[in-house]
Amino acid sequence: MSYLYFPGCSLRSTGRPYEESILAVFRKLDIPLTELDDWNCCGATAYVSIDENKAFTLAARNLALAERMHSNGNAGEDLMAPCSACYLVLEKTQHYIKTDEGVKRDVTAALQRGGFDYKGTTKVRHPLDILVNDIGLERIAKAVVRPMKGINVACYYGCQVVRPFETFDHAAYPTTMDRLVTALGARAIDWPMKARCCGGSLTGTIQEAGLRLNRALLLEATKRGANVILTCCPLCQHNLECYQKRINRRFGESINIPVAYFTQFIGLALGIPPKELGIQRLFIPLKFAETPGKEAHAHA
Amino acid sequence: MKLPTPPAVRTTATKSPPPMKTVVRRLKFESELDLSFGEHVAERAYGQKLLSCIQCGTCSATCPLSQYMDYTPRRIIAMTREGFKDEVLNSLTIWLCASCYACTVQCPREIHITDVMYALKREAIARGFYPARNPIPVLAKAFFERVRHDGRNTESRLLITLYLRTNPFKMLKEALLGFHLFRTGRLTLKKEKIKGMKEFRTMIDSAGPQKEAVPL
Ligand code: SF4
Ligand code: SF4
Repeated sequence: MSYLYFPGCSLRSTGRPYEESILAVFRKLDIPLTELDDWNCCGATAYVSIDENKAFTLAARNLALAERMHSNGNAGEDLMAPCSACYLVLEKTQHYIKTDEGVKRDVTAALQRGGFDYKGTTKVRHPLDILVNDIGLERIAKAVVRPMKGINVACYYGCQVVRPFETFDHAAYPTTMDRLVTALGARAIDWPMKARCCGGSLTGTIQEAGLRLNRALLLEATKRGANVILTCCPLCQHNLECYQKRINRRFGESINIPVAYFTQFIGLALGIPPKELGIQRLFIPLKFAETPGKEAHAHA
Repeated sequence: MKLPTPPAVRTTATKSPPPMKTVVRRLKFESELDLSFGEHVAERAYGQKLLSCIQCGTCSATCPLSQYMDYTPRRIIAMTREGFKDEVLNSLTIWLCASCYACTVQCPREIHITDVMYALKREAIARGFYPARNPIPVLAKAFFERVRHDGRNTESRLLITLYLRTNPFKMLKEALLGFHLFRTGRLTLKKEKIKGMKEFRTMIDSAGPQKEAVPL
């Protein structure tokens, strides 16, 4: 099994530790990833706010590139998109090309002008879905060298990996990541806000509302005894981690909880050195990360 | 931007204050509404289902942002359907919608509420219906240009453009966060660009144009 990999713009800047940990984990598990050649920005949600046809075309170019690489025998047909926003934009584009005649006609025509003949075979996947449903928890559990015992995890899914399509999990109460961290030996806390919105780009635009949403999430996770919040999206990670000081100042709270990527957590359990997982790039140090790092180095 | 307290029912009173003893009209006359607005938006948000809303309020109850909105999602749907075009396009609600799709998956009539919000944002941007210094349309436009130009988005450059165009002082406020991101290797000024630029622009420019806006 091999996958095409669509990094997206975020994983090349604020989400860098996400990319580092994904690549390290897939390498460790021996699953080949091929980066989509000459991929372009998915358009995020901003493009849709200006012109929908252009937004669909932008995203569809990536789908067409993937189909072309697959039919040339260069990779599997599944396109892995780790950023939730990229994932949904690509998935939604694929959905509307399949179900809406108008979109299909317009997008196909625009693609043809760029030299693409898109048949619509690309499947968009999220790494959480791939790791749990393709690779399987059994195989991952077997590779664990340091069970994450005694760590209470708040699994945070955010919105767009599950909504609106519910492709691989429930829209309001998903459990994929909870099952994954349990297989790694940690305890997933029961947390009803796991798929509640972090506000997306509101922290940069209408900040007051954005901060309030994040405050509610962080307080609830802390109250329920989580040692760490795990996310599967660069924007969620950024919001939950980087605004804690500001939230504390603004609302008189004393929140201080590390927020890491779920792939970093898997990496630690698999004995990958923290440096290769980008742990040092987190603002709030992940205290339990250090011990396994030393062990892993000693064994290497 | 400051969040407003939800307004009282809007009146259509004209600019000059009403003379004493006149009753301020609290509702619009039908002749002042744009009765085709609902259909127009429905067409741009995948389906006439919008017109079948039963006003159950599930969307407003699910929406994590409704408490900050001037009109809740349920009211936006009702007002869109009835043709309150100006009120809807001038609302803060459409900019507060974070596209979380919570409402969409719960709606018993399967109305694509999030897509309706997107359609309303597009209408508002196309006709300049947004509050001054509202950063969202500026962000959307800056993003649009950057991606059309390079094929990819370099986050640091996008943010700088945003602050310069809306609120340069905010850049100073955000500088510390930017510095931390930079220090941890999470922000770079290096420009990302694609190779197949020529075909890319041909494609983007030829797509659309977006279905024309509502005639005023
Ligand atoms: S949930 Fe659907 S049917 Fe109910 S008020 Fe909202 S849009 Fe209307
Ligand atoms: S998609 Fe928008 S309107 Fe719907 S629940 Fe989320 S924020 Fe509210």
